[in-house]
Parts: sequence; C-alpha cells; structure tokens
Amino acid sequence: MTDQLLSIDRVSRVFTIGSIIGGTHLQALEDVTLSMDGSRPTILSVVGESGCGKTTLARIVLKMLEPSRGIVRVDGKNVHDARRGLSDAQFRRTVQPIFQNPFDTFSGRKPVETYLYQTAYNVCGIKTKDEATQVIAAALESVGLDLRIVGGKYSYQFSGGELQRVSVARALIPRPRLIVADEPVSMIDASMKINIVNLFLQLKQDHGISFVYITHDLSTAYYVSDFIAIMYRGSVVEYGPLDLVLADPLHPYTELLLRSVPVFGEKWTGEIGMSDLETREYALAACKFAPRCPYRREICAQRRPPRVERAGGREALCFKPTDYREE
Amino acid sequence: MIRIQDVKASYFTPAGEVQAVDRVSMSILDNEVLGIAGESGCGKSTLIKVIYQFIEPPLRLVSGRVEATTRTETGETAVMDGAALRKAWWQYISYIPQGSMSVLNPVAKVGSQFLDAVGKSTAFKNREELYSRVTGYLRELDLPVDVLKAYPHQLSGGMRQRVIVALATFLHPKVILADEPTTALDVVVQRGIITMLAQLQRREQNTLVIVSHDMGVHYQLARRMAIMYAGKLVELAEVGAIVESPLHPYTNLLIGSLPRIGDHARRQGIGGAPPSLLNPPPGCRFAPRCPRAMAACQAADPPPLEYRPGHFVACHLYGEPRTGGA
Repeated sequence: MTDQLLSIDRVSRVFTIGSIIGGTHLQALEDVTLSMDGSRPTILSVVGESGCGKTTLARIVLKMLEPSRGIVRVDGKNVHDARRGLSDAQFRRTVQPIFQNPFDTFSGRKPVETYLYQTAYNVCGIKTKDEATQVIAAALESVGLDLRIVGGKYSYQFSGGELQRVSVARALIPRPRLIVADEPVSMIDASMKINIVNLFLQLKQDHGISFVYITHDLSTAYYVSDFIAIMYRGSVVEYGPLDLVLADPLHPYTELLLRSVPVFGEKWTGEIGMSDLETREYALAACKFAPRCPYRREICAQRRPPRVERAGGREALCFKPTDYREE
Repeated sequence: MIRIQDVKASYFTPAGEVQAVDRVSMSILDNEVLGIAGESGCGKSTLIKVIYQFIEPPLRLVSGRVEATTRTETGETAVMDGAALRKAWWQYISYIPQGSMSVLNPVAKVGSQFLDAVGKSTAFKNREELYSRVTGYLRELDLPVDVLKAYPHQLSGGMRQRVIVALATFLHPKVILADEPTTALDVVVQRGIITMLAQLQRREQNTLVIVSHDMGVHYQLARRMAIMYAGKLVELAEVGAIVESPLHPYTNLLIGSLPRIGDHARRQGIGGAPPSLLNPPPGCRFAPRCPRAMAACQAADPPPLEYRPGHFVACHLYGEPRTGGA
C-alpha cells in the first residue's frame, strides 16, 4: 500500500443540519474510494456539479474536515490520525492546497509576499529570511513570476489570473508531492484559465508534482488529466483513465455530461433526457441518478447500483454495464 | 429593433469613474438571437442593464442613448427610450438577471411572486384568471405546476431558472435580455435551459439577447455575436464568421485558448490582464496584450468599421474595408 501517494478508502461524510435532535442529515459523501499511484506524477480530475460532494472530498483530503467513516492515507499513512499516522508538519510538506478564490487566500491587509514568507517559515521550517527569500523567489519563478515585481504588492493590485498564479507559487514553496486544487480556475477568465492549467501540466512534468484537480468543467479536465472521477450526489459514479472514460463512458451521467458540454464550433446533436425535474425521491438504497437517467429500469429505483470493474482500470457505479443484473 | 447609440456608462465609485461601457453602438434586430461575449469586467452585463434601462447608482448613463422602435397595432412606428422602456418592462422587454436566487424573494412562495410580477399587467381581469393562465403556461413549458406552491430554496437551481424564464416570457415580450442565465448550473441542466430559450425564441419570433462568458453557449444559441473587451465592442458578426474568420486579435486569441474535449493539443492563454477601467490606457485597450500591436494602437482608439458586409471590427489592422481578397 505504501506505493500509493494518495488513497481514499471508503470515505463517507454526513453533515447534520439543525440541532442533533430533530435536525436532518445530509450525506455529502458516500463510500468514496479513489487512489493515486505514487510511482509517477499524475493528474486526477474529480468532476461533478455543485452539491456533488467534490469540495467536501477536497476538504477531507486536505485535512480541513474529518470523514464520518473511512480513511484517507498519504504515503500509506492516515492523514486524520496525527499521532499514529502522518504528522501535521509532514502532511503540509507533502500536500498543499489551491482554492477557488485567490482573494481569499491572500487577504488585502498585508502584502502578498507576507503570506509567502509565512508558508516558508511555518510549513517548511526555514529559519532565516535569506533562505526564505531564495525559496520563494524560486517558487515564483516556476510559475513565471518575479519576486522583485510581486514583492510589496497587495492582492487587490493583481488580476484574478495573476493572483491565482501566486497561490500556485505559494503551494510550491514546501515542494509538495501532491497539490489539491479545488475549482482553481472557475473564477478566472477564459483567456487566463488555460495558463493556470498549463502550469499544472508543466509542474507535473518538471517538478514531478501530482494534482487532484477538482472542477465542474469537463473541458479543462479533459485537457489536463490522466485519470478522471465523475461524482454525482456524494458518490463517485465513474472512474478510470481519462481517454477510456470519455471515449466510451460506462455511466449514463458521464455520457449526459459529455453530450451537454457546449463546444464552440460544434452544435449539440440529438436530444438529451431532461428528466431532471423534481420527481419523487427514490428509496435511499437506490441509484441517486435514476430519477434523471434515460436508461433507468425498475431495479435502479429499488437497489443500490453495483460497483462494476472493467478492463483498463475502469469502474462505474451502475446497473447498465451489468445488463441490469447484480454482479 | 433596438438601437444602441454611442453609449457610455460608468460606475461612479469613491476611487473614481469606472468606465464600464465606453462609446458602444450597435443595432439589435427583430427576431434574432444576439450573444454578447467577453470576460469579466468587459462591460457586457452593464450594457444589458443600460438596454433594460435598469440604471441605478453608482451606475450612470454618461452619454448616448438606447431606443427601441416598434410597430403599434395600427402599423405605425413608435420609438421608446428611457422612461418609456421602463414602463414596458415585462410586456415589451424582460430581463433574466444573473443568479435566479437573487431575483426571487426567499420567504415568499414562487406562485405569489409570479402573480405579483406579471399581475401588474392590465391584461387580466382578476387573479383567478391570471392564475389559470399561469398554470396553463407552465404546462405548455413542461414545468410542474407544483412549483408555484414551493419556496425558491425548495427548487433546484435548474428548476428555479426555468421558472424565471417562464416568468420573463409569460407576457410574450418582444425582447428578452438574459444575463449569464446558466452560469453556476451544471452542464446538463444548462443544456436544458439553453434549449428551452432557443425553442421559446423560435416560437415567439422575438429578440433574445444573451450575455455569457462561455463561447460554447453562444455557439449553441446565437445567430450573431458581439465580442466586448474592457468596455469596448471589438467585434460583431454572424456566429459562423466569428468561428471561421475572426478578425480582432482578441477574438482570435480567445478562441485559441479554449480547450476541447477530444483534442489534446496544447492551448495558449493571453498574457497580461485587462486594463483598469478607472484609467484606461489611451488608444486601443487591448494593445498592451496584443501581439500584433503597432504604434498607431497606442495613439488612437480604433473606430468600429464594417470590414465585410455585416462583420464589424474595431482594430487598426483593418484600416479600410477591402473588397475581393479576404
């Protein structure tokens, strides 16, 4: 197991809304299992719509939230057990985050470089200013920025795209092996979005950094990833090597997503099942996608879909590939 | 037809005048879908507000005008602007703003909000008649009538947006303005809403103006596209011409930066960032980022020009309309 950089092992998370008595439970994640091989750097995209649980998953992997059940391991060590597993310091040197809004990462009260020095001192344990400056300058250089220009500037003096570049540089300071990026380009304009994504490809190649790229945008996910996980209402409904999954999806939701991406220069063809109207809730044990699924059969509304495995390391949570039989 | 004449609209903030839309002119035709594209801060949402005459401080119309020419029942032409356009909200022109949650009152049921909004029209004798027309219209659009009894938060984002579209089209307005109507929705729901808008437009033969940062959305829906950059209209043409032969360097680079599923080729973004609209640079606002910038670009603001029939561009590369050739 130690050759896995990241392993998410049957992770679930339940939120209680309201008081414990009389409150409702929300199953944000249900039995999510994913892993990333540590032998070579890879990019895993986690794709899903808002409310699918992808941000909850990111927060759990980033140690900002405890799972209700299941274990997250980095280098084979439990992330949420600092005593027997991975210590805080080890964790932060191995795994670094990038968030959606760079203006949250760098508040406007202090110059941006202050946050970079904080990371160098607190996360890397660097003691002298000279050494910190060197490390920060190198990190900025990796993302095409210059400390002499960035230094002293406040966040509001940057555009969103530039500032997100600085947050990538901040994440690089401890020389992590894994970066978890939660919707890192969703607030960035199209013409600069691709530059950030290109940076991930370059850092994977030149620095051997792996990425978990969490997004709702299938086009950029296609552009960067080696592997892709599609999430729907708290579950990973399909996973596999990118090209295999997108060339011939196993799960109807993946298929529907692909057919719905608006491509510039290519008209949508056919029609899609728009059965996403609020219909009666299916039994908890049923497939959550069934109410919207154009291929649903009776069994989908009654039983939990099986996890089917297919050649090439592909998986799907669906009755359709099994010809509607329980395997 | 709506004529936008030399519109300049700014936000007057403590930091100064943000010139969000700067001397934009264009005509929006009857029975067309016009897409307005551009990145955040390009002025596309502000322009929509000006067309709708929804101009509240700190936004101010500094100069220029918007006028709508319509035919009355007797066949005469009538021209509306300013206050007249505001009086014709819902009936002549309606607006689907960004973020459906922000238009619906969270503590009132959808049905009563619907009736309040369209009930101001005098076309209905009483609330019962109005109610039955509303339920009939929802059924026509394949929407469950139950939504009227729900509070906004009880509906999914996609359903809320469909209700807003129903509301905006209920009185059969001649012009519908939609500002990022599908942003923040997942792509499957987005396709459903775009398809719904397209069907309604075909049925009503009215004018739909859609603002979106997503070039793919425009391609699915629009007949003509306007590209804005830093408050300026830089290009306007039929969608086919924008795809096949974009003229402005910004349009070219923007299209070149879009990743496509099924194509692993490396893409490049545009270096730099749009200028501050507090103090925009003289000359062309794209010049600082433009790989084809020349001395003239810093000196003077390029005027819009009809380079080919129906294909407008504002760029010094296209000094004079050419015939033959290009």
